[in-house]
Amino acid sequence: MDAFKKRKLVNNIVLILSTLAALLGLLWLFWILGTLLYKGLGSLSLEVIIGDPPSPGDNHGGLKHAIVGQTLIVLTATVIGIPLGILAGTFLSEYGKNGRIANIIRDLSDIMMSIPSIVVGTFVYALMVKPLGHFSGLAGSVSLAIMMIPIIVRTTDDMLRMVPPELREAAYALGATKYRVIKDVVYKAAITGVITGVILSVARIGGETAPLLFTSFNNNFFTLNMFQPMASLTVTMYDYAMSPYKYWQDLAWAAAILLTFGVLGANILGRVVAHKFKK
Amino acid sequence: MRKDFLVDWTFGKVALLSALIVVFILVSLFIVLYKESSLAVSTFGVWKFITSTVWNPPMEKFGGAPAIFGTIVSTVISIAIAVPVAIGIAIFLTEIAPHFLRTPVGVAIELLAAIPSIIYGMWGLFFFAPFMRDKVQPVIHATLGKLPVIGQWFSGYTPGIGLLTASIVLSIMILPFTAAISRDSFNMVPDILKESAYALGATKWDVMKDVVIPYAKLGVIGGIILSLGRALGETMAVTFVMGNQPVIPKSLLEPATSITVTLANEFTEADTDLYLSSLFYLALILFVMSFIVIVIGKFLFLKKVER
Repeated sequence: MDAFKKRKLVNNIVLILSTLAALLGLLWLFWILGTLLYKGLGSLSLEVIIGDPPSPGDNHGGLKHAIVGQTLIVLTATVIGIPLGILAGTFLSEYGKNGRIANIIRDLSDIMMSIPSIVVGTFVYALMVKPLGHFSGLAGSVSLAIMMIPIIVRTTDDMLRMVPPELREAAYALGATKYRVIKDVVYKAAITGVITGVILSVARIGGETAPLLFTSFNNNFFTLNMFQPMASLTVTMYDYAMSPYKYWQDLAWAAAILLTFGVLGANILGRVVAHKFKK
Repeated sequence: MRKDFLVDWTFGKVALLSALIVVFILVSLFIVLYKESSLAVSTFGVWKFITSTVWNPPMEKFGGAPAIFGTIVSTVISIAIAVPVAIGIAIFLTEIAPHFLRTPVGVAIELLAAIPSIIYGMWGLFFFAPFMRDKVQPVIHATLGKLPVIGQWFSGYTPGIGLLTASIVLSIMILPFTAAISRDSFNMVPDILKESAYALGATKWDVMKDVVIPYAKLGVIGGIILSLGRALGETMAVTFVMGNQPVIPKSLLEPATSITVTLANEFTEADTDLYLSSLFYLALILFVMSFIVIVIGKFLFLKKVER
């Protein structure tokens, strides 16, 4: 075989292998989403969504406690995370710029984004659960907020820096203070981008289980009290999937489908908003 | 007028304070984990804790070796599986696929990253582990398991859940990050470089091998290291399929444990101070490991790419 033929042969083998790699990636996605639909849709019903939690071995009941708990925990995390994240991002973009302090904070915030979520869970356990002596929904929210803040910081910083400096200069020329320029010009111009960051960060923390295992823990009763242990969809899924009862396992799959499509939906929404913004 | 300046001043300080809070959280994370693990550190020391293979809560003997072993081995295997596949996907997305397919396939691969970790765990436990047990592991057993020297890594008792199954699930989870970063690095290669290579008669693979990959090397390595950081800290998926046996297994097919699996399973059960402190010690070790990996990936490799 001459060198040319050999090169062509190697080329074709590599191209085929690469295509197979892409097919393999798609295969995993369809296999996982397929089992989710197959197990989840069959278990989904109105009772699952609005029913009270089942007692052990019971074949009735639903996920009301987990759905409400999940919403409360994520909502509270968002309430803590959004102002902190946006303000910190604003500092980096508008005050710190490319100064040394801002660059260090930027790097540390990026590192924080990659800290294992379970480590965040142990941290909040030591900070809020151990001293108080009991798990609480609020501790869960704090751990999720710690995970979402760096994501919001990063996107806010990036998006505000994309606002053209001329806009700011025009406002300054009219005698506006820095706060007014940021509030009325910079935020207005970058609002879509900032919202994208918030949506993506909610999508990210919405599916988290590990940090909740020892902060909000779990609660097989309906509660609205954030100072008590609180159920979340993810931890409930973990407990129910590992339980010996068939009905509980079915509930876990129903929770799985609700959660996954919620998270995927938020993700896609974030992308669509981001796409609009870039135009 | 004066009120305007007061608001202005306050806003600037509040923004600064928020940025400092981010730093404060990271620093206090380290301090708190260190403080909480101090009892275990003073009882077992560093070297003894890392090398001891005995994890026996009733006897109050805690050694981190099985968990650290499982974490490192599962991470290394998952990277070894994910990297070639991810680079293949990146080649497919940048060089092979027709343009109308690039976005949908790219988005589909990225969706893999959006699926919550616990879903991977449930799928892994109920569907993938039985598939491994019934279809894959008997084959591995009969082929690789017969080889001299390395054969014992692929033999033994095969319940489906174990180190290899966990590593494969992990590899699927890090696949999208590695693929996305490789693709973005490949896309940064100037077209003119590729065109001149094609003009010389190079095949697509020649261009990849001699132009694109050398040019994009730093970005790809940085991406691989960041994926490694993710695999280290991944919890729920491995908790379902690792098996949670606090031993160093003889074979990759056998159940094992990892730092995250131990934490997820035992944290709320720790009934003595020393037990809890040892778990915090494991968390501290994981934190330091992933911190080092992230810093290397970000600052040694990706910073150079950004410039």
